Amino acid sequence: MQFGIFTVGDVTTDPTTGRTPSEAERIKAMVAIALKAEEAGLDVFATGEHHNPPFVPSSPTTMLGYIAARTERLILSTATTLITTNDPVKIAEDFAMLQHLAGGRVDLMMGRGNTGPVYPWFGKDIRDGIPLAIENYHLLHRLWREDVVNWEGEYRTPLQSFTSTPRPLDGAPPFVWHGSIRSPEIAEQAAYYGDGFFANHIFWPTDHFQRLIGLYRRRYEHYGHGSADQAIVGLGGQVFMRKNSQDAVREFRPYFDNAPVYGHGPSLEDFTRETPLTVGSPQQVIDRTLTFRDHFGDYQRQLFLMDHAGLPLKTVLEQIDMLGEEVVPVLRKEFEALRPAHVPATAPTHASLVAAKENAVKENAAEENAGVAR
Amino acid sequence: MTTLAVVSAGLGRPSSTRLLADRLAESAARALGGDVAVETVELRDHAHAMVDATLTGFPSGGFRAAVQAVTGADGLIAVTPVFNGSYSGLFKTFFDAIERGDLEGRPVLLGATGGTARHSLAIDFALRPLFAYLRANAMPTGVFAASEDWGSGDTALPDRIARAGAELAAAIDGRPAAAKADPYDEPVPFEDLLTDR
Repeated sequence: MQFGIFTVGDVTTDPTTGRTPSEAERIKAMVAIALKAEEAGLDVFATGEHHNPPFVPSSPTTMLGYIAARTERLILSTATTLITTNDPVKIAEDFAMLQHLAGGRVDLMMGRGNTGPVYPWFGKDIRDGIPLAIENYHLLHRLWREDVVNWEGEYRTPLQSFTSTPRPLDGAPPFVWHGSIRSPEIAEQAAYYGDGFFANHIFWPTDHFQRLIGLYRRRYEHYGHGSADQAIVGLGGQVFMRKNSQDAVREFRPYFDNAPVYGHGPSLEDFTRETPLTVGSPQQVIDRTLTFRDHFGDYQRQLFLMDHAGLPLKTVLEQIDMLGEEVVPVLRKEFEALRPAHVPATAPTHASLVAAKENAVKENAAEENAGVAR
Repeated sequence: MTTLAVVSAGLGRPSSTRLLADRLAESAARALGGDVAVETVELRDHAHAMVDATLTGFPSGGFRAAVQAVTGADGLIAVTPVFNGSYSGLFKTFFDAIERGDLEGRPVLLGATGGTARHSLAIDFALRPLFAYLRANAMPTGVFAASEDWGSGDTALPDRIARAGAELAAAIDGRPAAAKADPYDEPVPFEDLLTDR
């Protein structure tokens, strides 16, 4: 299992002090969080992509490239990369370049975005959200697998004799996740390509995501990538911890009550019951996270949202330390003990994708030789 | 078995809106005959959860069950008090939580209450457009009850209730059992999504 942090990169006023960080501070804080994630023994840092205030991460590969240079083994990912409004050619180029610089530590998550005006700002129509995600990703998929692409679609200029450069590191395209909160089409898309499916289930109830992930697993098997329980599933989570759970609740409540998205709505208690949010002791976080496996089956990646709603950087770094020291080691052991041998322990990595590619080449060669011998 | 969902946005206890809702349900059930299950949703009981759902995007707990009862019923009776010339905010907030398409083609009987008959056109000028947007099948007869109707000896209100209940029953009877494909159970195959491009 891979554990990590994902961030939306919001600039939010700390409701307890009234202080709002500058964009510069927030960007540096995101980097500090990524470095802390590696230091604390976590596996993944993933950044969101937004093109409007109060969010800063408009240029994920720039940020991830910088973090790549300052880390050794952290997997650098996104949550999400906008497959709807970005040019798939530029995504192919940017992430291939990042993968070279990061020495194979990059994967990425496709998403459609959640801010209506971003579509027209980038010359698109929100009503085409799903068709854009499908067409653009299909092109991206080809650009990483075919050296020369001739292509014509609905949403961008046709390509004749186009080669996306640099070519993927070691000829192995980065692993791709597809994130969706509600669209069965996206679960179907992930299943079709044998890609990963990420359910950011932090805002919505479990039974909804059971249906979405159930659909993805069933269709993954249907498309011949393996059995349903071998499909690559990632989940979101949201936690706030203190040694004593009452302290955690007391400290987190003002951030919860004023948070973007759900602030001034449900009570902390209601939201904790309805969504994966866990506010309490490290042991409570462990217990709650283990229930995710009961709900969704053995899965490969768990990302936690730790840094939103105006929480100060110092607090976030403490949280990541607790995650790394007290929570993740136990979860690793527990999840690993429960996992059947035929289910992948982690999402595919660059190394495993390269090995799989080499095996496939060898098998093809062996088959051809056998054909000659006959 | 036929299922009837009743949404009442009345605030008082007792509430004349609920009174009208119950009378309409009784009338429709009688006209339907046979086995009828009536599920009544008092919006006041879900007031907090409804605002939460507006902010979080998902209905939680008992409110989710209420939404499912309404979207899963064979017919719907929706009754609101008239506030400031239109349906109440609570009434609108409930229907804002309904997914697009979830009431498509559904027979709906519209009702409203108010202090005087001067508000009666709210059914046609406020409620009807809302249900037209939801593509529900609103019955031609809407039933408005003013305060004085509850003490009136004439049969105008009972007659309207009976006519409206009969219309709803006929629409439910004439409607094939709706079996909308569940996109989570039966996804559009990806090849189709791709070739639609």
